[in-house]
Amino acid sequence: MGKIITSEDVHLYYGEKEALHGINLDFTEHEITALIGPSGCGKSTYLRCLNRMNDLIPNVTITGSIKLQDQDIYAPGVDIVKLRKRVGMVFQQPNPFPFSVYENVAYGLRLAGERDKHVLDDRIETSLKQAAIWDEVKDHLYDNALSFSGGQQQRICVARVLAVQPDVVLLDEPTSALDPISSAKIEDTLLNIRHEYTVIIVTHNMQQASRISDRTAFLLNGNLVEYDKTEKMFINPDSEQTSDYLNGKFGQEDLQ
Amino acid sequence: MDEIKQELQSSSRATHQDYFGKALSYLCITFVGLLVLSILYFITTRGLATFTENHVSLWKFLIEKNWNPGVLDSHGQPQIGALPMIVTSFSVTVLSALVATPFALGVALFMTEIAPKRGTKVLQPVIELLVGIPSVVYGFIGLSVIVPLIRHTFGGTGFGILAGVVVLFVMVLPTITSLSIDSIKAVPMYYRSASLALGATRWQTIYKVVLRAATPGIMTAIIFGMARAFGEALAVQMVIGNAVLMPHGLLTPSSTLTSQLTTGIGNTTMGTLPNNALWSLALILLLMSLVFNILVRFIGKRGSLKK
Repeated sequence: MGKIITSEDVHLYYGEKEALHGINLDFTEHEITALIGPSGCGKSTYLRCLNRMNDLIPNVTITGSIKLQDQDIYAPGVDIVKLRKRVGMVFQQPNPFPFSVYENVAYGLRLAGERDKHVLDDRIETSLKQAAIWDEVKDHLYDNALSFSGGQQQRICVARVLAVQPDVVLLDEPTSALDPISSAKIEDTLLNIRHEYTVIIVTHNMQQASRISDRTAFLLNGNLVEYDKTEKMFINPDSEQTSDYLNGKFGQEDLQ
Repeated sequence: MDEIKQELQSSSRATHQDYFGKALSYLCITFVGLLVLSILYFITTRGLATFTENHVSLWKFLIEKNWNPGVLDSHGQPQIGALPMIVTSFSVTVLSALVATPFALGVALFMTEIAPKRGTKVLQPVIELLVGIPSVVYGFIGLSVIVPLIRHTFGGTGFGILAGVVVLFVMVLPTITSLSIDSIKAVPMYYRSASLALGATRWQTIYKVVLRAATPGIMTAIIFGMARAFGEALAVQMVIGNAVLMPHGLLTPSSTLTSQLTTGIGNTTMGTLPNNALWSLALILLLMSLVFNILVRFIGKRGSLKK
């Protein structure tokens, strides 16, 4: 399978402070890749480079290259809006808009100019089914999305991204605010959709990474320490740091 | 043992202070409550006297167009038709709010979404200044700049609803702006990220998500602006023309409820029909501000239900 995103020597600076020290990572199509590492290691920051969400933060400088297929996404003239339609994102906190479920999922489609009611209905149903939330919301499509539980809201957010049919879905710790049952449902969803999408997930939960991902990247202090097939990395990591982290031998305090 | 019992059963200094503070705040609340009640009572009894003592029909008061409380008409009936003032009051209020809202939203969005740092630095003091300027100054500028300008451009005297709307526009602008800013700022940042991450432009994010989420707050802002416009007396009185006539357009001299009150109240004697009639106008104003208040509550409640 081909590489969909290739990044080379990505450095990111918040003002003077260097947060990413040259990351080289490739992502394979139709796979789930997990980014793991302790808090503050730069995994979320790196993830946000992939659809240029860091552009919103003032004073951020990014060097190196990130290519979607063969197009450098930081090249001048790249349309950020179109990029983000191809590379969608689900956030840590469930963040549905204060509209109905239907309007939430339709949001991206309407932005793209879709007006045909049948097309909208179809896509919304498909996306909600893919996100494993259809059965719970099909009778409440016109209820406010905020009236659902956190786990349901997060799956609505997943459906909202899927409706746009991006090539890549980025998830930034999507289950860290959820209970274990809701988390399991999100994981099922991701396993369901990986045949059609490329999934890149940042997670704090190492079991989650080992359960669902095909490949895992371990980041530490803004460096990529190890990147390999998930089974290989969890059973027999090359780096001692990876092994220590996976075995819980160091926590955050050792990193300071 | 006994020592502890005694200790616990005597109240401490702190407890006494607590009682004192509580009593003090209840006292203040009672005072303010009485104040409001007596204002309500006073205006209501005075305002109703026109109908109870002077036996003017409420219906006639609301739909008649002639206002000349001191003189009886050919049928021997007092001429107190408040309709022209009611119409004028509502016209200037609604028009000024309609004109001011787009500008207020523009400024609010600039200060919150487009250039939060620069915008706030420059525009915040401007808005505060606009609030602080006394209404007589607005009225004076209206009288010496706006009225002649209208006279030269459109003909006529220059006095009228249009001049009133222009002056009130400037006066309600800061109210609507600052309340809109508060409600736009209260829209959580993550709505914006979510929208942008779905491929929305900044403008799409603003009008499809931010403004929509802030709508209850913005409605409240507009109603507060309208309440201010409805209640403004002095500045309007200086530019409206003060002729109690049904307005035939935006350019004919007219009179609002408030401007008629300020012009007339010094020239009437307490307890007479002309005076009572003015109190009836005040009663309408009071009822309207009550309506505005209820509207704000209602919208606030609906807005919070949505979340």
